[in-house]
Amino acid sequence: MAHTGTHSQPVRSCLLLVVVSVCVQQVHGVWPLPQQLHQSADRGCLSPQRFSFTYGRDSAAQTGCSVLDAAFKRYFSIIFPDFTKGSENRLQYVWSEPQPFVVSVSVKTGGCDGYPDEDSDESYNLSVSEGQAVLRSVTVWGALRGLESFSQLVYQDDYGSYFINKTEIVDFPRFAFRGLLLDTSRHYLPLHAILKTLDAMAYSKFNVFHWHIVDDPSFPYQSRTFPDLSNKGAFHPFTHIYTQSDVMRVIEHARMRGIRVVPEFDSPGHTQSWGKGQPGLLTPCYKGGVPSGSFGPVDPTIDTTYKFMESLLKEVKFVFPDSYVHLGGDEVSFACWQSNPNVRKFMEKMGFGKDFTKLESFYMESIMNMTAALNRTSIVWQDVFDYHERIPQDTVLEIWKGEKYQAELSRMTQAGHRVLLSAPWYINHISYGQDWRNSYAVQPQNFSGTEEQKKLVIGGEVAMWGEYVDATNLTPRLWPRACAAAERLWSNEEKTLNADLAFPRLEEFRCELLRRGIQAEPLFVGHCKHEYDGL
Amino acid sequence: MSRSGSHSHRVRWWCLIVAVVAVWVQQVEGVWPLPQQLHQSADRDCLSPQRFSFTYGRDSAAQTGCSVLDAAFKRYFSIIFPDFTTLSENVLQYMWSEPQPFVVSVSVKTRGCDGYPDEDSDESYTLSVSEGQAVLRSVSVWGALRGLESLSQLVYQDDYGTYFINKTEIVDFPRFAFRGLLLDTSRHYLPLYAILKTLDAMAYSKLNVFHWHIVDDPSFPYQSRTFPDLSNKGAFHPFTHIYTQSDVIRVIEHARMRGIRVVPEFDSPGHTQSWGKGQPGLLTPCYKGSVPSGSFGPVDPTVDTTYKFMASLLKEVKFVFPDSYVHLGGDEVSFACWQSNPNVRKFMEKMGFGKDFTKLESFYMESIMNMTAALNKTSIVWQDVFDYHERIPQDTVLEIWKGAKYQTELSRMTQAGHRVLLSAPWYINHISYGQDWRNSYAVQPQNFSGTDEQKKLVIGGEVAMWGEYVDATNLSPRLWPRACAAAERLWSNEEKTLNADLAFPRLKEFRCELLRRGIQAEPLFVGHCRHEYDGLHMLLHAVKVSRTL
Repeated sequence: MAHTGTHSQPVRSCLLLVVVSVCVQQVHGVWPLPQQLHQSADRGCLSPQRFSFTYGRDSAAQTGCSVLDAAFKRYFSIIFPDFTKGSENRLQYVWSEPQPFVVSVSVKTGGCDGYPDEDSDESYNLSVSEGQAVLRSVTVWGALRGLESFSQLVYQDDYGSYFINKTEIVDFPRFAFRGLLLDTSRHYLPLHAILKTLDAMAYSKFNVFHWHIVDDPSFPYQSRTFPDLSNKGAFHPFTHIYTQSDVMRVIEHARMRGIRVVPEFDSPGHTQSWGKGQPGLLTPCYKGGVPSGSFGPVDPTIDTTYKFMESLLKEVKFVFPDSYVHLGGDEVSFACWQSNPNVRKFMEKMGFGKDFTKLESFYMESIMNMTAALNRTSIVWQDVFDYHERIPQDTVLEIWKGEKYQAELSRMTQAGHRVLLSAPWYINHISYGQDWRNSYAVQPQNFSGTEEQKKLVIGGEVAMWGEYVDATNLTPRLWPRACAAAERLWSNEEKTLNADLAFPRLEEFRCELLRRGIQAEPLFVGHCKHEYDGL
Repeated sequence: MSRSGSHSHRVRWWCLIVAVVAVWVQQVEGVWPLPQQLHQSADRDCLSPQRFSFTYGRDSAAQTGCSVLDAAFKRYFSIIFPDFTTLSENVLQYMWSEPQPFVVSVSVKTRGCDGYPDEDSDESYTLSVSEGQAVLRSVSVWGALRGLESLSQLVYQDDYGTYFINKTEIVDFPRFAFRGLLLDTSRHYLPLYAILKTLDAMAYSKLNVFHWHIVDDPSFPYQSRTFPDLSNKGAFHPFTHIYTQSDVIRVIEHARMRGIRVVPEFDSPGHTQSWGKGQPGLLTPCYKGSVPSGSFGPVDPTVDTTYKFMASLLKEVKFVFPDSYVHLGGDEVSFACWQSNPNVRKFMEKMGFGKDFTKLESFYMESIMNMTAALNKTSIVWQDVFDYHERIPQDTVLEIWKGAKYQTELSRMTQAGHRVLLSAPWYINHISYGQDWRNSYAVQPQNFSGTDEQKKLVIGGEVAMWGEYVDATNLSPRLWPRACAAAERLWSNEEKTLNADLAFPRLKEFRCELLRRGIQAEPLFVGHCRHEYDGLHMLLHAVKVSRTL
């Protein structure tokens, strides 16, 4: 780069640009909305040639910090999408040189090689002034959130010049758990679709990927302990599976973006595909006095089931670093258990009478205890709580059933459980029009309960179940619809109650997603400067 | 390729082994849309890309040099053998035995390779697949295209990658001559490649009319040679969000090569807000009290300049779009602005229309329809024009778009002797959760009270993908395979296709085939395709497409 000559001219160049583009559309803000954001009309112009990220002198992380080094590289391309290697030389021909701009990043604690977890501090402060931005956070995860906000502050005018306004941001998440569920059993999602989703999650400050990896239709997880589960239970044993290396790539891609990966191995129901590779695991259903040939939920009456589950959960602990594991426990049909004479005998022996919810609870309790013994926190679907009085206190409950989720929030938090809300965010349910407004209107802490109870709501999840979704339509169904919940989970509710006010900001954010290569569908009639071009 | 050695027993042996191995392998479910007559036997032949060829029958009126069919041969070769690359040509040398040749012989009665498909095009064909050959016969090249599409759907691969085709006899023709799909490029701009891709997928479903709702209130992306300011000022962006003349020509040619007509819609007098930006004086100034409010309503039907403008525009449309149909719109005209305007009220009085603004609209539409007739074009208008107007030119085609009572409307319109297009039940921009293709499939376009003569006046229907919530990001997965349901209803025998459950596995297979051809078609339900959508493969495909442009 040419560094010669006097530098008084750059000021003139910036001035000229400012005058030319006075009437040009200004940036609307950041999605999700920061807790505190003050922007002035003063702005500086940025040039990719004179732009750099650097570690603050007092930062605990310095060059060599895997998470932030990679983030600097990533956000450079995001901030300057037009910039290519070829254009580096252009500087020589510019009639005046732009001013340098330095983003200085300082974190208090190192932890560059760790994983984000439930206690990660994601707060950050960002101060943008002439020629520099100062980003301060406690952790590298907070720094990632700050870099994302910073990238959204930069905009281009019609002539391609980059600008950023003077800005002060103080920001932190409202909820620690901001999840998105993908279902890779009802349809297989190729690795690239998952990685792309993680990219977009980071843009919306989601921080948990809930991987509903197996279910009735297929078992794509290639287990090292039980390879037959995917050999026989996947849609195809080679093309429709996640190898150990695939899983590691997902976890590492997520880590780099400050996203936790929480796997779900849902049982005892939703396990039809497990049965193919693990004979004896599922309950044989009976018709009359003989086995009908079909199978029901996991058989909770025999030791081999618990041995199998223990081995599987040990493997899960080994493969997935997050301290949470989702154990499912939803929608268990009792018909098959009821038909099976061995199960009935077991019920009698255990004194369960005819109450199969007791049998389910017995099973889930065993599995949850196993999980606790492995030093993992269990998440289970609300069914487990609905059926069972004595559920381990540190179990996280997830609400998925439609209408009455407020009452459920009250009951669960009254019982002292931490809760995740997903029911109002089942965005696989599509309808005509701007249904993001429904997601946006959700108030997760608007239920009757004490302050202490409210605090037990640790967050929520957008769920994209896979009955009608695969890689062909995943992205446009997710984005920007999921962004509504992302803002509800991150931002101050008081400041984000009005969907009409949020609309232009979301519209702009959706265009930004397109610009970043996310196939995000439109919110309504209109256009983006850079449309999706398929390439 | 090596052609030496004796082939008789080795070749048969090779095929036999493959056939034995693949006995339990999934067979082809059929063809979508279902042919009128289809007889398939379990006997099958294996195909090899190295020994496969298309040829013109000796008695065919079209021979090498026929633009439409030469290009179709090339296209369908890649579709039939998606794994085949130039590299794999050499594989043959290393194979221990050589496969048998397979020749597809195509014969058409009339030439017309350089023409455009039109309302009278004969799309019928017969296809006979036997050992080592297929014979495809049709009246026109357009029929041959339909036959090639069916042939391509008969070929399938087993798990080892070997290609097969079963012995098959097909006699086929469309139930309706007009099988349309509407894209709306005004509410969102659709880049050229998105339109071309849609044309590809239309051909796979045997849809044959692209109804290009090219302009509307939100934007005017059509770059007019006569009135360049319409897009300069009325498009979302005057350079990046327009269709140049060369873009339009490419769309028309891409469509022609696939036997698809392009019917443009220039909707007026309503739905014209974007027109006003580049054509001052065209729209009615609305009044608030006794002064203009600054906003504008529909086209001003009271001034001569309007009709001069429309005559020039329609002349250009006739020049640019070869199809004999033009869609003139005429829907959803709001009368509030006309009512507010003192000049319009004066005109109403002068014309003796009283307070009936439907008469004013009819007056305008009649003028435009007469202009169109004078240009030797057939007008299509939305149902509103018929609903308001008693004396509508007899040869006008009416299109039904309003929801619930379309059967009654079908009766009334055909009773009045008009040809009718049905679109109301196929507004597939309206999405809902689940398998809504079944609703489209259940539609019976001729199930209304009327004579046989009336039934014949239903010339077809259209799938409409309005653009409020649709652009290039979600167009393909919303269209496909959902539009396929209407495609079958419009092509196939209704008696043989009443049961959606029976159609389901065939549609599922067809959807996988669409994926294989690079169409981002969404799933119908839980399950998988052998070759899933792979964004990277699509990227290569898109590069290929953009190169061939």
